[in-house]
Amino acid sequence: MVTDTAAASPRTAPEADAPTALEAELLRLAGSVPDPELPQLSLADLGVVRAARRHPDGRVEIALTPTYTGCPAVETMAEDIRRVLAEHGHRDTAVHTVLSPPWTTDDITAEGRRKLAEAGIAPPRPGGPAPSGGPVPLTLAVRCPHCGSTETELLSRFSSTACKALRRCVACREPFDHFKELL
Amino acid sequence: MSGTYETPGGTHETPGDPHGGRDRPGHRAALALGDDALVLAQRLGEWAGHAPELEEDVALANIALDLLGQARTLLSLVGDEDKLAYLREEREFRNVQLVEQPNGDFAQTIIRQLYFSVYQELLYGQLAGCRPEDATPVAALAAKAVKETAYHRDHAEQWTLRLGDGTEESHRRAQHAVDALWRYTGELFQPVEGLDVDWDNLRATWTTSVRSVLEQATLRVPEGPQSAVWAAGGGRQGVHTEPFGRLLAEMQHLHRSHPEASW
Repeated sequence: MVTDTAAASPRTAPEADAPTALEAELLRLAGSVPDPELPQLSLADLGVVRAARRHPDGRVEIALTPTYTGCPAVETMAEDIRRVLAEHGHRDTAVHTVLSPPWTTDDITAEGRRKLAEAGIAPPRPGGPAPSGGPVPLTLAVRCPHCGSTETELLSRFSSTACKALRRCVACREPFDHFKELL
Repeated sequence: MSGTYETPGGTHETPGDPHGGRDRPGHRAALALGDDALVLAQRLGEWAGHAPELEEDVALANIALDLLGQARTLLSLVGDEDKLAYLREEREFRNVQLVEQPNGDFAQTIIRQLYFSVYQELLYGQLAGCRPEDATPVAALAAKAVKETAYHRDHAEQWTLRLGDGTEESHRRAQHAVDALWRYTGELFQPVEGLDVDWDNLRATWTTSVRSVLEQATLRVPEGPQSAVWAAGGGRQGVHTEPFGRLLAEMQHLHRSHPEASW
């Protein structure tokens, strides 16, 4: 895998590079891969697949962005993407890691948020004009994914994976994971 | 990971020499910041299974993992990450001496984290603040990692308040850590070639920020020098303190005993 820290963002790519129908299909296939740590979500739900390019000689390049810099799931994601594309006849796929622009929890789709809540993980609160680059002040309540109460408390900023915090519901006393905001 | 690196001249294979390309200023900067992250990740990893409570075990491991991710990205800009991590000698590492200091008791670990995370967040923040068209690979990493670093800093601050303003014993230990590590903080503001940073501003902001947390935690801000009188140089020049050799021995022995081993 190649980490391309300075790659131009597909969001700002010139229109001349607009994806072809085949590339859109490749993007869909790559996005259909389940997240290795949160298998209820696809990579598309998580918003980590940035672009697909197919070269005239058949080589395929996928741009993947990590949620956290040290996310150990990135290599598994890349392997899974290559496997799925190979199953669809694209045997020469390179997965590049791009860091710029940084992924944020606002890249998680509405469908992704719904699936997180369904899996008992409180979804991240949406961003907006929050101060960038810091823990978000706890203004909006984090809702308990079990009983729906908004009376919940932080147990630890760090939990089972890099992207989650551990909270407890004051109403039903159940602990739960919260996909913490990264904005 | 990758055995190639990019320069304006194109993509190159990493030379057999594990320090390929290290003479370029951008590479020297990536090496310095990458070594900071790698060495502190290794230190924090030593807590796995030993932290005072389960949540803290997980927290320290998470912070270590974030730092390791930064280190992998930064060292890969210079050459082969594994060769750089496992096959360099002590004098070839460019991390500041602060991050190699032993974990000590929990207070020492937390104060070390406070000093370092406040620094790293400010440093990355400045690097990330450049115009997108001027962004170097190091700046791209900084823009990504600064948000993670903010959580590390917040964690260290919360614990500093609890320890400093806690029991008599926790206060005593926290004050001891604050004093003992102070002499390693001056080095943080030594300019690193290849980084577009206002170092005087960084020092001033760091001092204000750390002072405010320590005062809130009822801890005394040290007045002594921020570097040791006996220092013959610093980590950025490859001069390290005695505990660093032992850290490297533990980190590198498996790779050196079983070259190219994988699973």
